Amino acid sequence: MSLTFDSARLANPHLTSDHESWRGQLRKFIDAEIMPFADDWDEAGEIPIELWPKAAAVGLLGMGFPEEFGGTLEGIDSWHNWIANEELARIGVGGIPASLMVHGIGLPPVLNWGSQALKELVAPQVLAGTRHIALGITEPGGGSDVAQLQTTAVRDGDDYVVNGSKTYITGGMRANWVSTAVRTGGAGAGGVSMLLIPTDTPGFSRTELDHKQGWWASDTATLYFDDVRVPVANLLGEENRGFNVIMTNFNGERMFMAAAMEACGRVCLEEAVQWAQERKTFGKRLADHQVIRHKIAQMKQKLNATQAYIRVCYESIEAGNPNPGDIALLKVQASETMEFCAREAMQILGGSGYMRGNRVERIYREVRVNAIGGGSEEIMRDLAARQYGV
Amino acid sequence: MKVLVAVKRVVDYNVKVRAKADGTGADLNNVKMAINPFCEIAIEEAVRLKEAGVATEVIAVSIGDKSCQEQIRTALALGADRGIQVETDGSPEPLVVAKLLKGVIAKEEPQLVILGKQSIDGDNNQTGQMLGALTNMPQGTFASEIKVEGDKLNVTREIDGGLQTIALNLPAIVTTDLRLNEPRYASLPNIMKAKKKQLDVYTPADLGVEPSAHLTTVKVEPPAERQAGIIVESVEQLVDKLKNEAKVIS
Ligand SMILES: Cc1cc2nc3c(=O)[nH]c(=O)nc-3n(C[C@H](O)[C@H](O)[C@H](O)COP(=O)(O)OP(=O)(O)OC[C@H]3O[C@@H](n4cnc5c(N)ncnc54)[C@H](O)[C@@H]3O)c2cc1C
Repeated sequence: MSLTFDSARLANPHLTSDHESWRGQLRKFIDAEIMPFADDWDEAGEIPIELWPKAAAVGLLGMGFPEEFGGTLEGIDSWHNWIANEELARIGVGGIPASLMVHGIGLPPVLNWGSQALKELVAPQVLAGTRHIALGITEPGGGSDVAQLQTTAVRDGDDYVVNGSKTYITGGMRANWVSTAVRTGGAGAGGVSMLLIPTDTPGFSRTELDHKQGWWASDTATLYFDDVRVPVANLLGEENRGFNVIMTNFNGERMFMAAAMEACGRVCLEEAVQWAQERKTFGKRLADHQVIRHKIAQMKQKLNATQAYIRVCYESIEAGNPNPGDIALLKVQASETMEFCAREAMQILGGSGYMRGNRVERIYREVRVNAIGGGSEEIMRDLAARQYGV
Repeated sequence: MKVLVAVKRVVDYNVKVRAKADGTGADLNNVKMAINPFCEIAIEEAVRLKEAGVATEVIAVSIGDKSCQEQIRTALALGADRGIQVETDGSPEPLVVAKLLKGVIAKEEPQLVILGKQSIDGDNNQTGQMLGALTNMPQGTFASEIKVEGDKLNVTREIDGGLQTIALNLPAIVTTDLRLNEPRYASLPNIMKAKKKQLDVYTPADLGVEPSAHLTTVKVEPPAERQAGIIVESVEQLVDKLKNEAKVIS
């Protein structure tokens, strides 16, 4: 046996031939259309806009979204999702899936809570990859404490007038629409609404946040709303019930982040093992030194545990009874595993791992955004403790 | 025109295969499998013939245990209309495959049979030719271009000296070379639709064939490790090494 990205994956009895087909075809697509350019895109801080329609054509953008809007829903389950997130993470350039798949967090609020007219306007174009959507929750004043957000939307006739700003918004530079959390009522969670804001509305502006530790390929932005008039019809869900929309959205986001983080850890394992079997020090292969063997075994141990935990959470989603506390802790399990694997792989690679242009170096720089974004480790533990009624 | 395409399940071409320690074969534990790349080209060509209105039906056939249904499903997702699995234990040798395919041809009576020129596991490059001999059908191997004209098939073949074009009477057998086409990706919606396409399973007995083994694998071992190269200082030194060390010129 060897330890590669594929062989280090535990068997999953839920996978059928169509799942394997999906993995095979998606990998071919990624290896031809993304892998050879991924480094350059990351260094350039930009993904060519043509990638979206290509990803739409292979069915990636539409995965899990209804057929009536150009998606593929019938027969799609959590395992297709897991595979897609794994395969995208295998690229080893986190900014690519972050930006390419950001509709995965931006679009569900529209489809689950928006009017039919909004869905028909937005979803087909987003799923075809011709227009883009992002999710705007975090503000300069804070991200973890969503209930305290300060961007206001004040009713004026058939419009809301929006003032405030959002920051660290993935896909924010490219977005044609932003599913935005705003304050329509009083203080706290009960005054929050979700509003779909078109970015071509007067009063909207944005600046790029292009000096990041990682995710360079992704267009992260600060968004400003200066008396932006948005029709009341763009409300996603009921007024002042937006907190619930945000919270339900998080489960999906945390699952795909966890799947991607485990896969990033597995990339680190693969790179480290390959190197350890080739590199010789003190007259033998690195892989023959007990200290290095234990590092490798411990990486695999943590990856195994995370994979099994991911599977259990997906099983609960498939069964229709996911536990948000368990999912929150899975996200922590996955970020700690990714962190550990990135660290140990980097140690095994030595100086060569520190040089730009290899997957481990980049994954090492992309640990923190995963440990902070989508709900930080601290907030995840707190959420879980509350869920468990501690 | 009915087109039959043979597809084989093989280790993915990206996998670095290792020999088992006991030398009985390659270690296939947990290894990623895929359609043989040449078979993928065969499917693509058949689907293009259908899209061009030349072929009316494309049938994908694979021979092996249940797991090869995965590759048949992929072929269906790529555009084949229906699939056939001939159920065998493991992967039989080329002659048996050719006999089984002959059985399928007798049932389906295709006008055109497209196979890969070889599969990347055994690299035998035999099945298409054996099938031609067994069925008495004309064969165009190593095809880089095919064109149907009436009841004739023009096949451009890649041969050592360059390209050769031959005209075959249909029904005929073609084996694909790399440059015949560039296969598409199957999209997720097509993968899901493929689940509903017909897939029939036959046993060798259904086709009147008794699988037999004529080949024995004695030992599987990795090739000798390559020595590091050197940079020669002069043409004289190069010639000297080619003559006296590598002994490739005299
Ligand atoms: C590259 C990138 C992309 C992002 N993309 C998006 C996006 O698309 N959309 C979006 O809305 N947001 C996005 N975010 C924002 C992300 O969700 C927030 O950064 C995250 O929620 C944390 O918020 P914060 O940065 O304001 O930190 P804060 O909330 O200020 O927290 C700072 C630190 O304090 C800790 N902390 C806070 N409260 C507590 C507490 N009660 N107990 C203990 N510790 C606590 C936190 O864990 C954190 O470590 C992105 C962030 C990054 C870095």
